Amino acid sequence: MRRLSEFDPQGGAPASDSGAVTALSVGRKGFAGVIVAVRAPENAGGLGAAEIERRLVEMGFVEDAPVEIVHEGLFGRDPIAIRLADRTVALRRKEAGAVLVRPKILAGAKP
Amino acid sequence: MSEAELSRGADLALETRAPEASRPDARIAAPPAGTRPLRVALAGVPNCGKTALFNALTGARQKVANYAGVTVERKEGAAVTPLGRKLAILDLPGTYSLRARSPDEAITRDAVLGRLAGEAEPDVVVCVADATSLRVALRLALELKAAGRPMVLALNMIDIATRQGLEIDIEGLSRDLGMPIVATVATRRRGVDLLLQAVETAAETTPAAATWREPSGAELRALHREAERLIKARVKPPKRPDTWTGRLDNVLLHPVGGLVVLLVLLFVMFQAVFLAANPLNDLITGGFDWLAGGVGALLPEGILKSFVCDALISGVGSVLVFLPQILVLFLFIILLEDVGYMARAAFLMDKIMGGAGLHGRAFIPLLSSHACAIPGIMATRVIDQRRDRLTTILVAPLTTCSARIPVYTLIISAFVPNRRLFGWISEQGLVMLGLYATGILSALSVAFVIRKVFWRGASEPFLMELPAYKLPDARNVARQVWQRGEIFLRRAGTIILSMMVVVWGLAKIPLPPAGARGPAIDYSFAGMIGHALQPLLHPIGFSWQMSVALIPGMAAREVAVGALGTVYAVSGGDESVGVLGHALASHWSLASALAFLAWYVFAPQCASTLGVVKRETNSWKWPAIMFAYMVTLAYIAAFITYRTAVALGAG
Repeated sequence: MRRLSEFDPQGGAPASDSGAVTALSVGRKGFAGVIVAVRAPENAGGLGAAEIERRLVEMGFVEDAPVEIVHEGLFGRDPIAIRLADRTVALRRKEAGAVLVRPKILAGAKP
Repeated sequence: MSEAELSRGADLALETRAPEASRPDARIAAPPAGTRPLRVALAGVPNCGKTALFNALTGARQKVANYAGVTVERKEGAAVTPLGRKLAILDLPGTYSLRARSPDEAITRDAVLGRLAGEAEPDVVVCVADATSLRVALRLALELKAAGRPMVLALNMIDIATRQGLEIDIEGLSRDLGMPIVATVATRRRGVDLLLQAVETAAETTPAAATWREPSGAELRALHREAERLIKARVKPPKRPDTWTGRLDNVLLHPVGGLVVLLVLLFVMFQAVFLAANPLNDLITGGFDWLAGGVGALLPEGILKSFVCDALISGVGSVLVFLPQILVLFLFIILLEDVGYMARAAFLMDKIMGGAGLHGRAFIPLLSSHACAIPGIMATRVIDQRRDRLTTILVAPLTTCSARIPVYTLIISAFVPNRRLFGWISEQGLVMLGLYATGILSALSVAFVIRKVFWRGASEPFLMELPAYKLPDARNVARQVWQRGEIFLRRAGTIILSMMVVVWGLAKIPLPPAGARGPAIDYSFAGMIGHALQPLLHPIGFSWQMSVALIPGMAAREVAVGALGTVYAVSGGDESVGVLGHALASHWSLASALAFLAWYVFAPQCASTLGVVKRETNSWKWPAIMFAYMVTLAYIAAFITYRTAVALGAG
């Protein structure tokens, strides 16, 4: 599972007061924010980093899109269902590690 | 579920933006006679209602076949525009991008670009978009534009969008995209004529040069930004967004509750297959008995009468009798698909499937394999990674396909009492459920062994849209169920009937010598083969009649029922499933019956499946591996079952 420390903040948008940038994979149900970057780690394995990134982008995981974790699976809270703009997309936490999110300040607050 | 999103009641005025389409003089300038039909391709992201639109456009005028050289299902239909121009409409597999990731998506890409062997490029590409989920649809439309073909955008499910208070500036969007847009409600046939007219008009524009090439991540983002810009400029977000999907998902995707609902659904499905289809079965059985009796009365005694009644009518009848069960099962599968639940089931099952080394998407092919392994194996092409896909293909025939139902039903009804547990659970249904569970567990175990022992590689990412729930459309569901039924009937009509004739011949020829004692079949080829296999199958409790039934049962599992009927009918007695059941109950021991069931759980008793595996994997290696491992498992399972049952006194 991808951890915060693996992400280099210089590469993405500058961290603001609203909290550090977090990988979507570590969020729990109710975790919401805005995507700041989509990039798979080089050692992503399987299909390779570039392909995983393209598939995520195709499914609508793009910078500036609002995301929220709306459902979690039973075993290991995996996979997760993401509310992504006007759609819901399911993926495993492994791939969600490539999606970097700036969390909303108040978890659960309705805009 | 009375909320607006789930009903289809609201009326609306369809907007359309196809100014060139209204030419009052066009009726006079009719197209010259003999003009070839316009080729139209329907493309769209999954769940956009593309198939429903295809059905609305073409009605019953559909042909289902395969693309040349590959096994992706090719659906083509005919339509006529209001001005009388003929169209040949091709329903392409759903895709998020022309950047193909699977054989299905490669077909869509090649069809749109005119690269498909044996297929000309389309005259018009219709991009179907779900009006309530425009971002991905518009991105695909922008990508499709690069193919250079004249295009029309069908804004489908516009009724749901309108009810949600979503406002789309169709005229502006059409200008920005540079293509005519027609609003449609496929399930209610709204906007269909306008769409046909827009297609005819678009066909007159000159195609542009194809500039499409595989987009990079940055280019995909640029397309997405462009789609986002269009939406910001031309679409007002819904005032009353769909809240039912979220509310239902709180239950149906609940970590524990969701799995409980899924299990209950599967339980109801199997009980329904058994209980709901029974009256229909009786009707068909009665009909064929009446037919055989009527025809038999007209024919003189002898070999011709035996051929018509025993081989033709009884053979087909004893297979057709199971059509209701197959239709009920497909009804469930198609309903779950159309409602939008299938993707949820894949979500709930992903971790469990993943535990067995399978992809969450393998759930759908494996569930389809419960109807028939052939469509199931063909559906594995939604899994892009070769090893994930091969694993799914190899284990798919272990799930209980509908062709096993006749065999299971026959044995169960002959050996399991027709009683109700607690007054409502059918005991026979319970045994059936046990056989299904064995099938599922063995499929998962074999997959586990393959993935953990033979192939230890990274698996395909699980990335799947969970579409908004929709009420299914009765006509669409009926058409799809019927299409599946037709495919089964065609199999019954060709392979099965010819096998029945062969088996009848094997069981009749050569005729016993004059003055021979004992049943005639003892002297036939079937008897010889059965006796030859006997030493091999004796340790698992099979009589030579059972061995005989296994041989034609290779053509299709259900043929074994007809074959048993022939074997026992020829050796004296009439046949219908009920009578055959009695015959089996008197000839077989319980241990032999159970061993036969165990054999049928695992055995590769289906040449068509092996043929499809060969076609799908393009090599005889995989069907050979499949045959070998399944025969081995079947023999071991039948051996253990028989020996255990005998030891317990059921021999």
